[in-house]
This record gives sequence, structure tokens and C-alpha cells, in this order.
Amino acid sequence: MNVLTDNLSLFREGFIGTVELTVVSGIIAMVLGVIIAAFRVSPVPPLRVFGTLWVNILRNTPLTLLFLVAFFILPKILFPDVDSFVLGVVALGFYTSSFIAEALRSGINTVPMGQAEAARAIGMSFTQVMRVVVLPQATRAVIAPMGSIFIALTKNSAIAGGFDNVDLFNVTKTLSNDGYDITMIFIWVTVAYLIITYAINGAFRLLEHRMEVAR
Amino acid sequence: MSASVLFDAPGPKAKVRNRIYSVVGTAAVLGLFVWVVLRLNEKGEFEGALWDIFNYSGIRDNIFEALLATLKAFVFAGVLSLVFAVVLCVGRLSDHRPVRWASVIFIDLFRSIPLLITIFALWVGIVGDMTPFWALVVGLAIYNGCVQAEVLRAGVNAVPKGQREAAYALGLTKTQVTAGILFPQAVRSMLPTIISQLVVTLKDTSLGYLILYPELLYSARLIANNTPVNGTYPFVQTVTVVGAIYIGLCLALSSLATWIEKRGRRTKTGIAVAAAAEPAEAPGVLDAAAPEGPGRAEDGSKGPDDDPKGTVGKSN
Repeated sequence: MNVLTDNLSLFREGFIGTVELTVVSGIIAMVLGVIIAAFRVSPVPPLRVFGTLWVNILRNTPLTLLFLVAFFILPKILFPDVDSFVLGVVALGFYTSSFIAEALRSGINTVPMGQAEAARAIGMSFTQVMRVVVLPQATRAVIAPMGSIFIALTKNSAIAGGFDNVDLFNVTKTLSNDGYDITMIFIWVTVAYLIITYAINGAFRLLEHRMEVAR
Repeated sequence: MSASVLFDAPGPKAKVRNRIYSVVGTAAVLGLFVWVVLRLNEKGEFEGALWDIFNYSGIRDNIFEALLATLKAFVFAGVLSLVFAVVLCVGRLSDHRPVRWASVIFIDLFRSIPLLITIFALWVGIVGDMTPFWALVVGLAIYNGCVQAEVLRAGVNAVPKGQREAAYALGLTKTQVTAGILFPQAVRSMLPTIISQLVVTLKDTSLGYLILYPELLYSARLIANNTPVNGTYPFVQTVTVVGAIYIGLCLALSSLATWIEKRGRRTKTGIAVAAAAEPAEAPGVLDAAAPEGPGRAEDGSKGPDDDPKGTVGKSN
């Protein structure tokens, strides 16, 4: 119990750090993921190839390797003097974008062909087909996998803590170096992660119920 | 690809437009690539001397040893995680409520803690002293065991109910039914998913980097730090080589999964072989309560057909 009360401010910082990492890299991942998913389903072959390469390479690369690239190569060669938060968020965001792109693509694939054909047959324009028929259904199909991806992102953000970012893993490391009992630290950090992941899970459950529709 | 929900088959106008987009798209992608290459060149990363380090037998031995260390951790963790998975799955399917609950709590708990935290805690000594190797292996085995247990359970649940009833009717005991009827079929139908999860295990061995286990990444960093060439450190070079190795290994395992999945589709045993799904984080943490069909296989359209082969080695 002492670990928590003695280091409340450190824990708070770590908690906020994890949340910040998750939120910011989540936004990057969403933006990139939507773009890549659009590439993958576009009728333009080079973009499709690019999207496929992106997804396959990033999904088969260990996240730690991406962090290594972000921290040892990016600053030296492309963008000097960027702080560790940006680098960490970029690594996490790029990695996660590949999973989001895949989720979105399979979401679009759940919409039966016949519906789009029917919509076109009654004279709907491309925008109308998208807005009225395809996207609403694709969105619903995608919510549950999206929740899992964000929860995974939260857990993955711990790696950023190993690379000069203040987050819950970093707090674990610092306190254990200070000689506190690892069991207590472990318990409190676990509780902190559970709070975040349950919040995300709850939010997505709520979304799912809100948007539920009979198929 | 002409058969897409999103687009009609292109007419003459759309064909022209698509061609224009193709050219512009290619130009943009190539432009980005060329910019990176130019930038790397500007910093002298393509100098022969920097790449020459891989001709030294010492460095090659280092990389080889590191690769062995990674594979060793992977094999130990993989086997152990499958053993854990069977134990946890049996626990989850147990008739005794306390056993079932204990398994559920264990699985849910360790699936929701970041693996890195578990590994770190083991390393620091939450249960006795552990070398980095064992901390990594046990951490990986616990986490992936929990995920694999849920995969197995989904497989067991996918076996038609009649088979179990028939087996009990013949007078088999619960152990016989589980070991002889349910598990073999569960493993068979879930094999692609199980292998996909092994890809995750393989990728996660790289967490050893953070607890100083001398696996591939850690050694790559050591090599880069210890062999300066004309005052620059060959990070780009070592990361390129190591990245290529990782991506090659993971793609090989993933394509094994898709191959098994395709092969499984041809046979007619009545139990669908699950899709080889995303090789990663996909299994939701807290969704144990959610109904899990045979491996989220509802979208058969996903994946295998448009995986380009031969992306091996184009890492950076």
C-alpha cells in the first residue's frame, strides 16, 4: 500500500503518460489506417500494392524493432531533435495503423455485394451508395475489432516506457529501481491498466449497443 | 478486383481516370521512396564501408548467435504456451466451479496486463530469481498461453454437440471425450489461428531487448554501437538486416497458417477451419463473455488471397 501513497504523483504522471500515448497514437493510427484501408480497396493498382505492402510489413515487424527505428534512425537521418514522445507515438501509430486498416477492410467486405448492386441499380450515385448503404454497415461491423485494437494499443504503449517515455511501465521500472517491492508495484500498475482497458471496452460496448441493428 | 462493393466495373471514362490516378499514385509513392533514399544517401548511409561490416565473420557469427537466441526463446515459449493453454482450457471447461473461475480470472488478468510489465516483473523477481531468458520465456508463455487457451476453447465449442453426446452415450468418460474427441478436432480447426498466435509469440521475443536478453534486436544494437565506421554507427544497416530476418520469419510462419487454412477448406469433415486471422493483438482482452464462434471466421473474404508473396526483405 505504501508504494502507492508514497508515490502518488509519480503514479499519476505514469497513468496520464499511458493515456496520452494511447490517445495520440490512436489518433495517428486512425488517420493512417483509414488512408491505407482506402488505398487497399481503391481501384488504382499501385495504391493497392502500397497498402498491401504497408499492412504486411508492419504487421510482421516486432513493435520493438519499430521503436528502435524510431529512436535510433529517424532522429539521426530524417528529423533531428524530435522529443521521445513524438517518436514513441509515431512508432505506435504506424504499427497500429496496419491493424486498423485490416479491420476496416474486412468491415467493408462484410457488406454483401448484392446490396451495393441493388443500390446502383435503383440509380444511387457513388456518394449515396457509400453514405446510405455501405459505410453505415461497415462501421457497425468494425466497432468490436476496433475496441480490441485500441486495448492492444494501450498495452503496447508500455514499450514506449522502455524508450524514455514516462508511462506506467516507466513508473514500474523507476520504483523497482528505488527498491520498492515489485509485487505491490505490479498490483497497482495492473489496476491502472485495468482501469484504462475497461474504460475503452465499456466505451466500445456502449457504441455497439447504440448502433446495433438487426441484420 | 473489379468485383468490389465499392465500385462498379469501370467504364471508358473511369478507366482513363483510374489510369491517371495510377500514374499520380505511383509518382507519389516513388517520390516518397526516392526522398528517403536521397536523404539516406546524403547522410552517407549507402557507403560501402558501412555495409561491409556484414562481411566480417565476427559480425555474422554475432547475428547468427542472436538469431539462435531468439529462436530458442521462441521455441521454449511456444511449447510452454501451448502446454499452459491446454491446462487453462481444461480448467475453463471444468465442471467444478472454483476451477473454472480460477482459470477465467487467470486468463482475463494476464491478457489485460501488458506483456512487457509481466516480463519485467518476472525479471526483477516477483517469483524468485529469473535470468532474462527465463523471465522472457515464462512471460511469453503465460500471456500467449492465456490467448491460446481461449482459441482452443473456441475450437472445442465449435465441435458439433452431437459428437460429445454420442461419445458419452457410448460410455466414454469425460477425460476420454475431451482428449479423444474434442481436443483433436479443436486443434485441427484452430490450427491456423494457433499458428498466427505463434507469430505474435515470435514477434514478442523482441521484448527481450528491454530486459537485456541478448536476442536479435539487442545484439543488433550492440553491433551498431560497437563497430563505428569512420565515426558513424551503422544503425540503418543492422536494423535493415535484422528487420529483414524478422519479417522473413514472421511471413514464413503466417503463410504456413494460410496454407493450412486453404488445405483445411478442401476437406469435408464438417468442422470449418478457422481463418488465419490477423497474426496479432486481435483477440480482445476483455471479450471473454462475448460469443466466440469458430474463430471469428465470419468474413471468409479476408486475407489470404491478396497477400503478396515475396515481400520478404523489403523492410526499410
